[in-house]
Amino acid sequence: MFYREAGQFKTSYAADQALLPIRQDRIGLGLILLVAFVAVPLLASDFFIGSIMIPFLVFTLAAVGLNILTGYAGQLSLGTGAFMGVGAYACYKLTTYFPDINILFMVLLSGIFSAAVGVVFGLPSLRIKGLYLAITTLAAQFFLEWCFIRIGWLYNYNDSGAIEVPQRKLFDIAITGASASPTVRYLVIVSLVALMTLVAANVLRGRIGRSWMMIRDMDIAAELMGVRPLYAKLSAFAFSSYYCGVAGALMVFFWIGSAEAEAFDINHSLLVLFMVIIGGMGSLLGCFMGAAFIWILPIAIRAVPQMLGLDVIAATTEHVSNIIIGVLIIFFLIVEPHGLARLWQIGKEKLRTWPFPYSSN
Amino acid sequence: MTTRTLITLAAGMLAASSWIPVAQAQDSLYVPSMTYRTGPFAGGGTPFADGYADYFNMLNERDGGINGVRIVVDECETAYNAQKGVECYEATKDKGALAYSPLSTGITLALVPKAPVDEIPIFSMGYGLSAAAAGDKFPWTFVYPASYWSQLSSIIKYIDENGGVEGQKIGFIYLDAAYGKEPIPLLDQLAETMGFEVAKFPVGVKEMQNQSSQWLNVRKERPDWMIMWGWGAMNPTAIKEAAKIRFPLDRFIGNWWAGSNNDLNAVGEAGKGYLAANFSGIGQDFPALQDVLTHVVKKGMSKVASEDDVGNVLYNRGLFNAVILAEGIRVAQDMTGKKIITGADMRDGLEGINLTEARLTELGLPGFTGEVKGSCEDHEGGGSIFIQQWNGSNWEKISDLIPPMSDVVRPMLEEAAEAYVSDKPNWQAQTCG
Repeated sequence: MFYREAGQFKTSYAADQALLPIRQDRIGLGLILLVAFVAVPLLASDFFIGSIMIPFLVFTLAAVGLNILTGYAGQLSLGTGAFMGVGAYACYKLTTYFPDINILFMVLLSGIFSAAVGVVFGLPSLRIKGLYLAITTLAAQFFLEWCFIRIGWLYNYNDSGAIEVPQRKLFDIAITGASASPTVRYLVIVSLVALMTLVAANVLRGRIGRSWMMIRDMDIAAELMGVRPLYAKLSAFAFSSYYCGVAGALMVFFWIGSAEAEAFDINHSLLVLFMVIIGGMGSLLGCFMGAAFIWILPIAIRAVPQMLGLDVIAATTEHVSNIIIGVLIIFFLIVEPHGLARLWQIGKEKLRTWPFPYSSN
Repeated sequence: MTTRTLITLAAGMLAASSWIPVAQAQDSLYVPSMTYRTGPFAGGGTPFADGYADYFNMLNERDGGINGVRIVVDECETAYNAQKGVECYEATKDKGALAYSPLSTGITLALVPKAPVDEIPIFSMGYGLSAAAAGDKFPWTFVYPASYWSQLSSIIKYIDENGGVEGQKIGFIYLDAAYGKEPIPLLDQLAETMGFEVAKFPVGVKEMQNQSSQWLNVRKERPDWMIMWGWGAMNPTAIKEAAKIRFPLDRFIGNWWAGSNNDLNAVGEAGKGYLAANFSGIGQDFPALQDVLTHVVKKGMSKVASEDDVGNVLYNRGLFNAVILAEGIRVAQDMTGKKIITGADMRDGLEGINLTEARLTELGLPGFTGEVKGSCEDHEGGGSIFIQQWNGSNWEKISDLIPPMSDVVRPMLEEAAEAYVSDKPNWQAQTCG
């Protein structure tokens, strides 16, 4: 009833090819952006911004990166954590070498290092596929983690062996370091994530994105139709790793504030992979949903006993939350193997015929 | 396409945000407890968290708190994970938190820069950043009663007193992470000045439980002594391997995170003779621990599985962590004349701490540990450790307190603190004296 494009006529090709052709979707997105850019910074508490929204957005960006590679180009990767680490360490090195250059520029630049490393570890994808490729990306994960521990130069030979975030300013406001307020850090991250998601959405529906999807669906057919696997696969690795690298830099510089090599271990890679699988392979919306599911839901579950005034041991809530999340993952994968994004799509289709599902549409 | 779920989600999250910060009633002292009762290291985290909570609860039950103000211990589960630790910190810091003991190096490193901003001291007892011992550079961080470097120097001293180190070969087996590598600069320096040789055996985080290749190398190198900077599952594995190659275990010394009951229970009789450093007394034979038993454990207010767990190494260490915080609160109350203190008062209190043997006896902990006396410059406050030995079923204290080689360690600590601060232009230091 409310969600119908009836009466919305397109009079130009541009309108027909718009990212969001339906007016209701545009209004909805506008509302989300309004909430994200105005309501959250104004109304939410520091904890909500600093410990829920910022990590959520960082993970979303990493999930977008992995989804490009795994969901759109069909190349399974277990090295996301390490690629995020490359971005983080590159950003740290860059900003300690050139402290006067704006940190945002450095964050965006550090993704390029990550992209380069991604291309190198993507080379085996020209020969092998599927699980075998996953194993070689696992090699990337372990090798890079080893580098983060062993190469002292990467962390400037700190005694702590960790990278620590110095204070950096934008327009005279501290945006990194301990004195940067969560709201400021949030605004930086949300702007970057919004921008990069927009870029990804457009790349994915363009020529490059379509060549990735052709490779994913059937690489031989794609090759016969003139898609060069070398370029398609490696560009997917580069693009994906770039996003992961930026996410890693954001994670250290705008969220945690310092990181040891363990922060980028295999568990981190798996976490992002779960987000992509739960959210939905090959869907940008799925990245947001998956990240919310994996990051926000446990926090919400942990807060429940406190809300009800129950005196439960923190460790018990942790166990219970792990159980609930595990059960929900199984439940969702049984009900809808294509992830939350697919559920939402089905919901939208139902919504179009609501409240008369039997009338022809 | 991206629309409605996100709206509902965002709305839901907004609604959710309103309940998270719950203000604490200001008639009690709020002490957050970061625990890791879950996750890969839960075996060590659980007794520590129990000891920590039980001591504060004992003070509440026996004395009605500290100077009549009850203490609220609020546990937050980190699973030893830095991201969750930061989340815990953000969730609790506005409730009037007096001090944080992050209990994980990763979390400590993330919190150290936040402490001056939020004005809540960080008390990382025997872990974290060694350099934080320099109080003038790190006004908000404390590492009582000893830093890793002090500990290493005391262990070398022990070796020196038991046969001499000159001309000996000392093997150093360590977790190949920042934690394990930290003492290496000091070890190299001491090797040079004291004339011994060092052989290093790194153990990767992923091979903690499979150290046969490292111990093959140990057998080749034939060191006279072994020192271990181990953690978690690495410890029992190393001791078993050492026993297997018939390395004399009474010449194998673990640091204070490689010498708990959990580590050695898995080894049992085979680990007999193994040595470890420690700074918190062993066993229940202290009046304060008896009070914990009567007032807390026997009333069923503790989370320990059995009464025997009270008094094991990590339990007592958690308890000692609480003892120092409680003492800091007392000093701060005396200094300010207020009953309800703030994080900033707590910082001054921790700095003014003076746990002499007489004071320890008053607290019911005679001979529990060495003296801990803080000052503006000295956030390490003592640095003495003792050596304990595994007798096949429990630990026994076998040495007196061994003070560190302050003349060597202190300048290195100050240099490290200087290096940490040097690339942080807006770092908040303090001037002492």
